[in-house]
Formats: sequence, structure tokens, C-alpha cells
Amino acid sequence: MKQAKRKKIAQFLGFFLLRACLTLVLAILLLFLYDIGRKGGGTISWEFLSQAPRKGMTEGGIFPAIFGTFLVTLITAILAVPLGMCAAIYLNEYARQGRLTRLIRLSIRNLSGVPSIVYGLFGVILFVNIMRFGTSVLSAGLTLGLMTLPWTITASEEALKTVPNSYREGALALGATKWQSIRTNVLPYAVPGMLTGTVLGLARAAGETAPILFTGAAFFLPYLPKSLGDQFMALPYHLYIMATQHHQIEQVRPIAYGTALVLIVLVLGMNMTAVVIRYRLRRKRR
Amino acid sequence: MSVETGIAKIETRDLDFYYGPSRALKRVNISCHTNRVTAIIGPSGCGKSTFIRSLNRMNEVVPGTRMEGTILLDGHDIHASDVDVVELRRRVGMVFQKPNPFPKSIFDNIAYGLRINGLKDKRKLENVVERSLRGAALWEEVKDRLGENAFALSGGQQQRLCIARALAVEPEVILFDEPCSAIDPIATAKIEDLIETLEKSYTVVIVTHNMQQAARVSDYTAFMMLGELVEFDVTEKIFTNPANKLTEEYITGRFG
Repeated sequence: MKQAKRKKIAQFLGFFLLRACLTLVLAILLLFLYDIGRKGGGTISWEFLSQAPRKGMTEGGIFPAIFGTFLVTLITAILAVPLGMCAAIYLNEYARQGRLTRLIRLSIRNLSGVPSIVYGLFGVILFVNIMRFGTSVLSAGLTLGLMTLPWTITASEEALKTVPNSYREGALALGATKWQSIRTNVLPYAVPGMLTGTVLGLARAAGETAPILFTGAAFFLPYLPKSLGDQFMALPYHLYIMATQHHQIEQVRPIAYGTALVLIVLVLGMNMTAVVIRYRLRRKRR
Repeated sequence: MSVETGIAKIETRDLDFYYGPSRALKRVNISCHTNRVTAIIGPSGCGKSTFIRSLNRMNEVVPGTRMEGTILLDGHDIHASDVDVVELRRRVGMVFQKPNPFPKSIFDNIAYGLRINGLKDKRKLENVVERSLRGAALWEEVKDRLGENAFALSGGQQQRLCIARALAVEPEVILFDEPCSAIDPIATAKIEDLIETLEKSYTVVIVTHNMQQAARVSDYTAFMMLGELVEFDVTEKIFTNPANKLTEEYITGRFG
């Protein structure tokens, strides 16, 4: 009797603790979103979204930064998505699973933990200096691409692992070649997961400042980049400047909050897209 | 070891198989004949699944394995350099232990093997799908819902779907790797009936840990233990008058 009661209390306490943790995390997140929404919401207008900054960035909008972030994320995607997916397919489906493969996999996992400023400096050396792309949207996009690659590979490999081996064997036993079995009986079921992981990686890249700091992002540009060799403005870097570097920091505070809000909505939007993609493709599969 | 005269459809000669350093098959010699059902029985881990998976070279996809000896299909070495493993697997079909339908419609499951071989003609595909489903005694149950996902079928139906899928590519040999171990007794009876029908057109090899099943469906039975072939003979003889003491002990249930 006594023991039963004690078990019940332990159960109640355990649940309570877990619920409290979840509530706390949610509360912090909501508070954060509420604060930015309240302070930045008033700044958002069509003008703010469609105009370039004016008068030493104390007035006007942030359109060049929005455009720049889109452009640089696009370059990131072009590098990281196909390369990451193909590398994952090779690692999971073709590579002989031995010590070397394990080492490669471990290195990739480790690379995803390397601080982004290290990628930024590496990008300066490789793309800006050695490859002579200069400080440009191309260099910045490639740097972000390198940073995203480990995420894409890891997420894609995890997605491939969720496809049961019996699909592969079943196809092979019917006289499919290895590539046929992968293309028709593995990839269709792995792609939703691959895309989700990839979009999450891209969303993270879109919000990064350090890798683009030295490789292509500009403090202020009165025009949009005309080619891949031009510098560009980006939302995270613009936010950094407005929040810490501007000479009239109190005056531009609303612009900083507005920029933060746009950036958050953008990243959340990308994450939501990932969720929707996954949901849709999963349902189609059923 | 050959029980029947004439050229065997499949014949293994001194088949050895290794998973890394451990030896799973020791000089196994078995012949399987056309229009006959050959059953492989033996306790868990005796190498019977390894044996059957060698016959369509499915073991090759497992890393770190090695095979020695010869396997002949129609007298021709299946490891010869002129043998295309993809074509071999089309000729030697396989039904797995757990039903493994693909997450596609019933129709697409059956048509899979033909489509990967480039068949696109819808009429021809429809014909083959119907013929294969009839061949697997599943047509009457699913003919009105070919577009439904194969996962909606019961376990026994899924296994017959897998048999139909194997039939669709017109194999010469069908390998069954414990096909009834994951399904209920009524579904098992249906599959056993089906195997007896298939015998008329194919060479059938079945691995089973169910001795009654081997006795019911097979013409020849091979008893294996610890990677070795202990006894191989006409099924009736194995179950009524085995030559080897081990076989007798196994079939009378003294171990297993």
C-alpha cells in the first residue's frame, strides 16, 4: 500500500518536472518573440520592406539586405544541396562500411560543430584570396555553402537510414541494379527527410553573420549587387550594425528591431516550409 | 549429393561461406531439380538462410563476406565472369522471411520488376499483373483495389503479393526464405497450397524451421546443422527412416 503511494508520488513529481521544463523553454521562446514583435512590429511597412536605407541608415528600409540574404542563401543552396545529397547517397549506399568510412563520417559530424567564424576565415583564404573571387556575394555564398554541407550530408544520411533494408533487397531480388533500387525504391522515401534537414541547414545559414563578415557582406550599399562579384547587404549583418555599430544607435533602434523581426520571420518561414514539405510528401507516400 | 538423375536446375559443389572469420557453410552439396520442391531444414543458425541467399547471390550485398566452391544454374557457374548478377536475380526469384511489400500501390508493386526492365506498355503491364496475382492466388481478393497501397493488405496477403511480384518477372527458380514465419496458420496453409501449385512450373527451394511444413510441401529435404549438410534425401525417407542419427533426433524433436 505504502509503496504504491510512493510510486504515485514519484510519477507525479516526474511528470511535473518534465512539464515545468517544457513550459519554461516555451515561455522564454514566446517572451523573446513577443519582445521583438512588439518593438519591431511598428517599423514594418511596405516602405520598410521595399526601400533602401537613407540618410546614413537612419531612415528608409532594408530591401537591399532582404535581397542580399535571399541571393546569398540561393548560392548556398546551389552548392550545399546537390553536393550534400550526393555525398550522403554515396556514403550510405555505396561506400564500403569500414574504418575509413567511419572516420569520414566522424569528421563530417565534427565539421558541423566548427564555429562559424572559422568558416568565415577559411572562406577569406580560399575563395577571396586563393580563388580570387574577392569579397563578393559569390565568396560569401560558397563559404556558407561549406558551412551547411556537413548538416546537409548528416541529415540526408539519417533520412536514407530510415528506409528499411528490405526495400533495397526486395528490388535487387527482382533484378534491379543497385542504382535502380536506390532511385526507385530508396530515394522516393528518403527525399522528404533529406529536404527537411537541408532546409533547416539553409535557414541556419541565412541567419549567420560570421561567415559573411569578411567574405562579402557590406556595411552599406546604395545599390543591389549586379553580379556575383559584387558585395551585398545581408539581414544578419545589417542587424549587427544597427544594434552595435551605428553612430546614432538610440535613433536606429526601431530599425534594428524591425530587421530582427524580418530575419526571424524569414527563418521561421523556411523552417515551416520544411515541415510542410515533409508532411506533404509523407502523406503522398501513404 | 544428388538424389535424382539428370541435370539439376541448381547444384552447389563444396559450398563454403564466411562472415568475416566465422564459417557459416561447410562444403555443402545440394541439387535442386525442376518441378520439384526442395526443403532445407535445421535448427536456428545452421546456415540454411545463408545457403538459400547464396543461390541468387544476395549474400554479396552483405559486407565482409566470402564464398568458396561452385554454384551451378543449368550447369553454368553463377559466378562466371559472363554472368550478369542482375539477370541471375531475375531468373532466380526470392521471397523473404518477412513480407516486404514496397510502399506503393498493389499494381505498382507487381509491375516494379517489369518497369525496371523497361516495360512501359500499359496493356502488357495490366496483363502481367493480373496473371501474376492469379498465379499467387491473390487476384480475387484484390482485383477491385489494385490502386490501394500494399500496406493495407493483411500479412498473409502481403506475402502472397511478394510471391506475385516475384512471379511477374518470369523467374525459373523461386527461393523461399522461411516465408511463413511471420504470418498466421490460415495464411500459412494458403501459401503452402500455393507452393504446391508453383511446383508445376518452377524449381522451388524453401527454407523452413517448421518440419511439418517441409514434410507437407517438399519432395526432397536437406537437413543442415552447424553449417554442414547432415542428410539429403527424398522427404518421405527423411521423415520416416532417416539414415543419420542426428536427423532422427531433430525430426523427432529431441533438439531444435
